[in-house]
Amino acid sequence: MHILLRRILLISLVVFYAPTSRSELVIEITKGVETAVPIAIVPFGWQGGAAGMPVNISSVVQADLKRSGLFKTLAERDMFTRPTEVAKVKFRNWKALGQEYLVIGQVNEVEGRYQVQFQVFDVYKGEQLLGYRLTVPAKDLRRAAHHVSDLVYQKLTGKKGVFSTRIAYVTSTALPNNKKNYKLLVADADGFNPKTIASSFEPLMSPSWSPDGKKLAYVSFENKRAAIYIQMLATGKREKIAAYKGINGAPAFSPDGSRLALTLSKDGSPDIYVLNLQNKLLMKVTKSYGIDTEPTWSPDGKTIVYTSDRGGKPQLYSIPSMGGQARRLTFAGDYNARGRFSPDGKSIAMVHANRGDYRIAVMDMATRTINVLTAGRYDESPSFSPNGDMILYAARKGKRGVLSAVSIDGRMQQNLAFDSGEVREPAWSP
Amino acid sequence: MRFNKGVLVFSLSVAILSGCSSTDEKEGSLLDGGGAGQNDASTSGYSDGSSLSGEQFGSNGLGGSSEIGLGPEFSDPLNPLSKQTIYFMYDSSQVQQDFIPVIAAHAQYMMAHPSSHVILEGHADERGSREYNIALGEQRAKSVYRMMKVQGVSDSQLEVVSYGEEKPASDGMDEASWQLNRRVEIVYQGQ
Repeated sequence: MHILLRRILLISLVVFYAPTSRSELVIEITKGVETAVPIAIVPFGWQGGAAGMPVNISSVVQADLKRSGLFKTLAERDMFTRPTEVAKVKFRNWKALGQEYLVIGQVNEVEGRYQVQFQVFDVYKGEQLLGYRLTVPAKDLRRAAHHVSDLVYQKLTGKKGVFSTRIAYVTSTALPNNKKNYKLLVADADGFNPKTIASSFEPLMSPSWSPDGKKLAYVSFENKRAAIYIQMLATGKREKIAAYKGINGAPAFSPDGSRLALTLSKDGSPDIYVLNLQNKLLMKVTKSYGIDTEPTWSPDGKTIVYTSDRGGKPQLYSIPSMGGQARRLTFAGDYNARGRFSPDGKSIAMVHANRGDYRIAVMDMATRTINVLTAGRYDESPSFSPNGDMILYAARKGKRGVLSAVSIDGRMQQNLAFDSGEVREPAWSP
Repeated sequence: MRFNKGVLVFSLSVAILSGCSSTDEKEGSLLDGGGAGQNDASTSGYSDGSSLSGEQFGSNGLGGSSEIGLGPEFSDPLNPLSKQTIYFMYDSSQVQQDFIPVIAAHAQYMMAHPSSHVILEGHADERGSREYNIALGEQRAKSVYRMMKVQGVSDSQLEVVSYGEEKPASDGMDEASWQLNRRVEIVYQGQ
């Protein structure tokens, strides 16, 4: 019986890192900025094999910029001409189409590698704003396209693009006989290239990126008890970091990656601990009789903000990461939980509930003003984009869990719809 | 009292599934260091725990319990042992009066069967944040754990695991479903 059981447990958890090219994610902008800037991205020229460009660079760039909500891209069918070099550009044509910016480019295949070059123009001034060239192998063409998007975005908005980043998320799919298949996936920020990095018939939870983007910490119930693992994305190798009796939850890497904040209930009620990942020393940070969980680090690593119900209802508190006096941060609403520091440390995103509606809100740390960004009833798990402009979160559409993104001013919103299954706990990579 | 057949079937299947799992837990697991938490209020006055009759609610039996080595009393709908799920109010880990006889019956059974081993699985409804719900599920399971302890059940017979909102009994997004999800399942390990 026991040997059989071990075998069952072995099959019940398969960890792998196999690339799949199919997209499972469709992004739909549900609320855009009225002032979106018109931009024409002309299909890039191609010099190479008869099979054509392995990745349609310009259409990836077009989708990226459109998805940011800040740009209105011109449909290809509305373009009078499709220049691929500057000599053929007639700015008055683009002006007539109401375009403010123009992007043209070419892809050249040279001995199995691909040279991607592009130029960005200010249509009104007839001036080149940016010219750039990069050479990549075929497997990196999609990444090259996102890099182009990042460069265009940064040039035109002055802010860092996040098109080359990735997202981690958890899915669950119902199986016959009451079981579920839980998966932890990592995909490009546009939902392409989803890769399953862990799969189990028991729950997987709480993915958290290391600051270098190379590792994920997460919770797995694969042994019918909670344990925290840290997994290398490149190799799929992982290490069991915490498997104490009771809760092993809410892992969060410190900003320098040397420590992991986590929730343990080994001594009674759930408390926040900090584990030094080098010497494995465990330090207890909070000591209350109630629930303390969901730690998030300030970018300077000095403060941990967490959820506590010591006042009766869950609210956010802060405490020095080396331990000390806890301070309550939130007072508005009857439920404020799962805080996440913005990359600049000036605000905190959280789940905020009032009269039974759970929404994503952002609190300004200086003024303590809370701004509710979403209108769902069951919104949860906010995660900042690395440039701080957007918040990715989990929402519900009917019975299904879906992912949504909202800009931090609340003006822009998009849904990320998957083919099937329930999606949740998005975590945006650094 | 609402006792949904689906839930009972579900908790039974959990029991069967875990019926073949190993029991290599350490001794003395899950002693709550704090002792007198706020939830202890509900345990007062039940330390005698002598009655197995209790009050009855619902008539759904757990047909087939004998398959996992539990006695016929687990299949008798008139016996509180046939109830293996304790339900809770929203954001609360306080055991409601109706369920105290159920917990008492299981405590008595475990004391009479010292080799029995139970996992108290704590669960929460889907609202709110997931890790907070893990903590809430654990508090619920610990409320049941403390009541069983007060009745005299040995630490080594009990273990608490919280699944938070990760394993809902019902997938609906309404109060009827949430009621079924805010629960502790008393899962007997293989005997």
